[in-house]
Amino acid sequence: MKFGVIVFPGSNCDADCLHAVKAVLDQPVEYIWHKSNSVDGFDCIILPGGFSYGDYLRAGAIARFSPVMEAVINYAQKGGWVLGICNGFQVLLEAGLLPGAMRRNNNLQFICQDTYLKVENCSTPFTALCHPGEVLKIPVAHGEGNYYCDEKTLKELKQNNQIVFRYCDEMGKVTGEANPNGSINNIAGICNRHGNVLGMMPHPERCAEEILGSSDGAVLFKSILASWQRRVK
Amino acid sequence: MYQAKIYITLKQSVLDPQGSAVTKSLHAMGYENVKDVRVGRYLVVDVDAPSKEAAGEQVHDMCRKLLANPVIEDYTFELVEV
Repeated sequence: MKFGVIVFPGSNCDADCLHAVKAVLDQPVEYIWHKSNSVDGFDCIILPGGFSYGDYLRAGAIARFSPVMEAVINYAQKGGWVLGICNGFQVLLEAGLLPGAMRRNNNLQFICQDTYLKVENCSTPFTALCHPGEVLKIPVAHGEGNYYCDEKTLKELKQNNQIVFRYCDEMGKVTGEANPNGSINNIAGICNRHGNVLGMMPHPERCAEEILGSSDGAVLFKSILASWQRRVK
Repeated sequence: MYQAKIYITLKQSVLDPQGSAVTKSLHAMGYENVKDVRVGRYLVVDVDAPSKEAAGEQVHDMCRKLLANPVIEDYTFELVEV
């Protein structure tokens, strides 16, 4: 299974994502420069975290118009698997591949800390090895992770089971205190209707090996490969 | 040549955390009569266009596609010939 990691000017988690795929899955993985106009031949595309284009205008707003994004949008619309992490999630929102938008964190601070996530949907290729309600400890690091969508969109997200991760406490209780940034409905990650595009603010690549203090993030990468192997069979 | 002065703010229905922080700070300074603050962006865009209508249409397009995010933001602009 071949992975591609998009590199925008200002991406800074691209090397971490590349490393995580190699270390956890031992699968081929390559960088894809933002000027490339094709993502052909890749089985999963990762949009990494960072500050693409310096977060100028709005986080992800300018990256969304880089040449590679047209290819990524086509790829996603054809059912290709796309994982956007942190800034990658913001780019997917700006590109319209996922609904909603990000606001500044409600405390106006850059938040860099471990969070607990409740897995709400285990039917995506990215969460297939999780069990419903499982709690994962995965760190966040962002200034604009305060997810927003209107009431109608939130209803649709719930109806279609598109809410994949919600901030919770260590015991898996979804509470206001466990919400680090003010996100609507404690949302930490959502997928599109078909489940082939996932955006999440927490960084699984930063906690995919025991040496990093937690390997809870590894389940995402392992899920992708397991889902792929199931699909190929 | 036309100049667009574009104002972008969060929609009224969207909580503006920066605006709330500034409101609180102004209250603490004694300006208790401040009711609300909305923080936004201000852009000045010079456009070479054959007419004011054409320039205005283009600026609308730019706002919808890139300069503002219609999910959470509203925009207005003034257009003057320069």
